[in-house]
Amino acid sequence: MGKTVFVTVGTTSFDDLISCVSAKETVRILKGLGYNRLILQIGRGTIEPAPCCTSDFLLEFFRYKDSLVEDIKSADLVISHAGAGSCLETLGEGKPLIVVINEQLMSNHQIELAKQLYKDGHLYYCTCSTIGNTLQTMNLSALKNFSPGKPENFAAFLDKVVGMK
Amino acid sequence: MGAECHVLETFLRAGHMCVTSLADYWELGTGCGPLLEWMEQLWLLVVLAVLCLLALLLALRVWLVLRQGVECRPGRKGCVSLMVVAGSGGHTTEILRLLSSLSKSYSPTHYVLAETDKMSEDKIHLFENTRTSGVYKSTYSIHRIPRSREVRQSWSSSFLTTLQSMLYSFPLTARLQPDLVLCNGPGTCVPACFSAFLLGVFGIKKIIIIYVESICRVETLSLSGRLLYYISDYFIVQWPQLQTKYPKSIYLGRIV
Repeated sequence: MGKTVFVTVGTTSFDDLISCVSAKETVRILKGLGYNRLILQIGRGTIEPAPCCTSDFLLEFFRYKDSLVEDIKSADLVISHAGAGSCLETLGEGKPLIVVINEQLMSNHQIELAKQLYKDGHLYYCTCSTIGNTLQTMNLSALKNFSPGKPENFAAFLDKVVGMK
Repeated sequence: MGAECHVLETFLRAGHMCVTSLADYWELGTGCGPLLEWMEQLWLLVVLAVLCLLALLLALRVWLVLRQGVECRPGRKGCVSLMVVAGSGGHTTEILRLLSSLSKSYSPTHYVLAETDKMSEDKIHLFENTRTSGVYKSTYSIHRIPRSREVRQSWSSSFLTTLQSMLYSFPLTARLQPDLVLCNGPGTCVPACFSAFLLGVFGIKKIIIIYVESICRVETLSLSGRLLYYISDYFIVQWPQLQTKYPKSIYLGRIV
């Protein structure tokens, strides 16, 4: 049984990510690393990768699902856009994560979170043009565990400020 | 602006007529030109003073409403109604994480979404259905207002679309009159929070505005955050760097 890569672009679209991950060169690198399934969530993107199913490699894509939890859980590596939801969900499941920054977004603030989480050692980040390099140089076992956020602290704070007993 | 100028002009003209008719009444001759001029200037001063007073009163009212938030304790009556502004994608996921930890006393929940957002609605239904357990039935409703800003939209046209969005969000907020508005940064929360704030300024209802900056903001605030920093009652950030930069903000650690 080989390993699975799951790619997600979130609610909107990120065509550059889909085309660079499904490019022949990237697929070759992935195969070399022992991955043999590539599942892509492409959102409302205009680029649809050609599905391929050979004896040693499977590529599938879909646009949306109610929940991506199952896909994340069954993946061995997640490649995601920098959206907080996708990042936190993936890290929450304890899966290795590579965040790909979308350089075309106005005032690209999403890079902040990815950089900080990279600084804290929870993930790798790159752009579409450097993903091949990142895949080849990354060391997934060096990534640190990510402790989940504590919404209960928020609840306690809210109870206090509204005067709830 | 045009309308205000027109009103001012009418005032001044009325002042002029008033002064000249008084002069006629007192049968003042043409020799009293300086006196007439002086009276006209006095009228102008009175108009300006009234305008300044109104502006001052408004500022005082705004200040009072901002201070009121700290003393407002809607929880004492046992339940707190929420207005939650959900936005596309990540924002909705984050805000649902926050809601998941709240006790059942926070009910009902009114969700406000941008018109074009279908995905958030599905997420909300899914979330609320899993929350419903046993005897406890969660009460919630979903409302839509026009999107105030699309990703990549320019600042100037965003201003106009936000105003347009206010036309919908203000009557909605006035109708729902929640105790608390909770939002975390999608464009739609700007008109929603301003509507809630205006209800306080008009003396209709003081609504507590709680802004939780998205976890993706590490070094800088979002545009919505920068705008709502001033009118929110509690402004929560999720990274210590931001707390240092914005002293009014509150840091509770990572909460989503």
